[in-house]
Amino acid sequence: MANATHSAELHHDAHDHHHEESFIRKYVFSMDHKMISKQFLITGIIMGVIGMVMSLLFRLQLAWPDEHFGFLHTLLGKWAPDGKLDPNFYLSLITIHGTIMVFYVLTAGLSGTFSNLLIPLQVGARDMASPFMNMLSYWFFFCSSVVLLASLFLETGPASGGWTIYPPLSALPEAIPGSGAGMTLWLVAIILFIASSLLGGINYISTILNMRTKGMSMNRMPLTIWAFFFTAVLGLLAFPVLLGGGLLLIFDRSFGTSFYLSDIWVNGAGALNNTGGSPILFQHLFWFLGHPEVYIILMPALGITSEVIATNARKPIFGYTAMIISLLGIAFLSFLVWGHHMFITGMNPFLGEIFMVITLIIAVPSAVKTFNYLATLWKGNIQFTPGMLFAIGLVSLFISGGLTGIFLGNATLDINLHDTYFVVAHFHLVMGSAAIFGMLAGIYHWFPRMYGRYMNNTLGYIHFWLTFASAYLVFFPMHFMGIAGVPRRYYQFTVLPEFGVWMDVNVLITIAAIVGGLAQVLFLWNFFHSIFRGKKSPQNPWRSNTLEWTAPVERIHGNWPGEIPTVYRWPYDYSRPDSEEDFIPQNVPDEGQTVEPAPKKAPAKPKHEEVPASEGEDGPTVSFAALRKLFGFAR
Amino acid sequence: MSTHPVASNNSGSVWRGGVSPFNVSYGKLMMWIFLLSDAFTFSSLLISYGAERFSFFGNVDTPWPMPDMVFNHFPFMHHIHLPLFFVSLMTFILIFSSVTMVLAVEAGHRMAKKEVAKYMLLTILGGLAFLSCQAWEWTQFIGDGATLHGNHFSLSAAGLEYAKTLHVGGHYEWHDNLRQAGPGVFSALFFIVTGFHGFHVFSGVVLNVIIYINVLKGTYEKRGHYEMVEKVGLYWHFVDLVWVFVFTFFYLI
Repeated sequence: MANATHSAELHHDAHDHHHEESFIRKYVFSMDHKMISKQFLITGIIMGVIGMVMSLLFRLQLAWPDEHFGFLHTLLGKWAPDGKLDPNFYLSLITIHGTIMVFYVLTAGLSGTFSNLLIPLQVGARDMASPFMNMLSYWFFFCSSVVLLASLFLETGPASGGWTIYPPLSALPEAIPGSGAGMTLWLVAIILFIASSLLGGINYISTILNMRTKGMSMNRMPLTIWAFFFTAVLGLLAFPVLLGGGLLLIFDRSFGTSFYLSDIWVNGAGALNNTGGSPILFQHLFWFLGHPEVYIILMPALGITSEVIATNARKPIFGYTAMIISLLGIAFLSFLVWGHHMFITGMNPFLGEIFMVITLIIAVPSAVKTFNYLATLWKGNIQFTPGMLFAIGLVSLFISGGLTGIFLGNATLDINLHDTYFVVAHFHLVMGSAAIFGMLAGIYHWFPRMYGRYMNNTLGYIHFWLTFASAYLVFFPMHFMGIAGVPRRYYQFTVLPEFGVWMDVNVLITIAAIVGGLAQVLFLWNFFHSIFRGKKSPQNPWRSNTLEWTAPVERIHGNWPGEIPTVYRWPYDYSRPDSEEDFIPQNVPDEGQTVEPAPKKAPAKPKHEEVPASEGEDGPTVSFAALRKLFGFAR
Repeated sequence: MSTHPVASNNSGSVWRGGVSPFNVSYGKLMMWIFLLSDAFTFSSLLISYGAERFSFFGNVDTPWPMPDMVFNHFPFMHHIHLPLFFVSLMTFILIFSSVTMVLAVEAGHRMAKKEVAKYMLLTILGGLAFLSCQAWEWTQFIGDGATLHGNHFSLSAAGLEYAKTLHVGGHYEWHDNLRQAGPGVFSALFFIVTGFHGFHVFSGVVLNVIIYINVLKGTYEKRGHYEMVEKVGLYWHFVDLVWVFVFTFFYLI
């Protein structure tokens, strides 16, 4: 580690002369990947707060449908006449909540932040391949956010056809108020978003392929980088298809074409003039994006978790190659399963069966990853940092949510379960909460790298336990509602007597959601306060192996003042018995080693260590001291 | 680091880090990746075309129009049946502009500035010629009554019989009983897909002009290589390749 920073200033000055940057170049139109990652993160957090507040608003409606809340009228004006949400605005809220969370928080906020921060730092590059395109990527994303938020202030309200914007609802401005100008702005926002994602993705891939430092062969890359790599590939191949589908939708909406519309009957307006279109075509195009999209969301979180768990268990990640292959498997299969969102569209049952089989196969690489996480924790010397807790939380949520995926992937079961709260529960656990947990793990873990300070641990622990408990309390009961047939997206269940029995559950869910929301206030305070007032951290606070911790804490152009460190080993040399320290950074050579062979496995460990996975959770060396730390909020 | 000198040939693998695995600059790699992504955009549109077209399979009321009977115009050849002659000319122009692009790239490798400039100019002219042809073809298409909502290109039973009697170079005249309202998506997709492709060609011409100016200014000569010509060449060939698919889908089958 030390050898990276010597002979610093000489080299540094020779390399760049950007010391006196103007405020605008440094903080606004910055081309430095570290600053861009902060921009993505803070924009993502702001969008996340907005999305979360929206979810709380409609949870209030679901829990107390007949109640009138005066503050809602104050807050929302005519969208909540006499303190009760307007039904159309309710639909807008769930639409924009979904859009914000899926695209703006968990795609741009997660992948944008950590790909930008970690790719150059962990592969050993001075910056992204094209810093300028990187800057454009953020500003497209920013404009996209502004356009989407602007739609909240329209007279007719924002888009309200659900985040999947199925036509004909979204294609006919006369169908619901939200399909008017709100939908147009939604489409504009998404096209800007696709441009942003394209610019980002091109950069991520070329940086990873082309700009690795000496010795950073592909099989020495941290698993985060592998995850960002596959994520970028997925985004690059999936988003253009949404662009195509969205383009046709724009033409249907604004120029009278009939791609998705046929001569359907519109209440009060007679039959449409359109002929021959099929809304199913849109669903195919949408879900060809939509399914890879859930992995675009999840995979960076899985990558972050791999890194955080290995570092904080002080153990090599279990099954490094298996982790990569399972990521590859998930990435590949994700393009072949979009049909499982469409089982009930009248699809040929044989085709449905094929989609079902491929869908269920995804359980295999997912299980490989889960067991590898558990096996990494097994007998580890676990450091329960807040980041580690969130990473373990991800594993838990990934299991709970993933299991219900096996139900939903079944074409026959899906006849009962589609569009019920079972689906809501499933994807909120497996991709929503799990990915948010991954993101939070990343924030806590790399906060010292971003700001040179720690976040407050005690607040972090409280934040974790409240969030973890509320995630389960909110989403777990929804499974039972879904099995009972309670449909999603309904405005008011009191008008349907058969769902009356669920009112208490809805109240429970809402209260849990409010508690979870309040927990995020702790996080926000912790985050913004720690940026300025947090305890100063050393260069490598978690005693981690990867290259980003060899760069000085101060933000400098080019990341390393001197030469970029050379890599001599894989990133998971933790607790090697032949080493005095329990970690060996990647840039430390073995005795007499040049760049060549690095032992990929810790030599003292038997190669085929059989770990019965079912026992993985109660590893005996999770010591009492560690547990005390865990519950006693001690560091 | 200096205490551990690193042999440059540390491993035979191109993936060892510190080198570009494909032996290309990141810029060229980015262009390839962008083109891969763009290929998916075009694929989504062409697959939509396939889906819409299949949905009209066996539809006797509004059969899918026969391209031979729609695209049979040629400048100055009024009412002479020349099926796909004009679009073949367009295709030829575009492919030929790819040839000149290759020559420009090749001249760039030899650092022959004058030749690069010459072939870039020819490529630009080829692109402009293609766009002009497209404009003319759209004019004809619109003149025949095609809109985003519909068209009049489906052949009636009588029209089918009449089509059989037509021969290349012969005279033709459409009467009202020969053609009827066709699928709106036929013309709509034609506008969107060829329009989207035309937009790519247009962007390509703009890029080519920028590169051409830089070649004339000697920017690349100073830089020591003509890689920018190569990058824009990749894009240009891609646009050409996409046209081959558009041509196949809309005109041939």
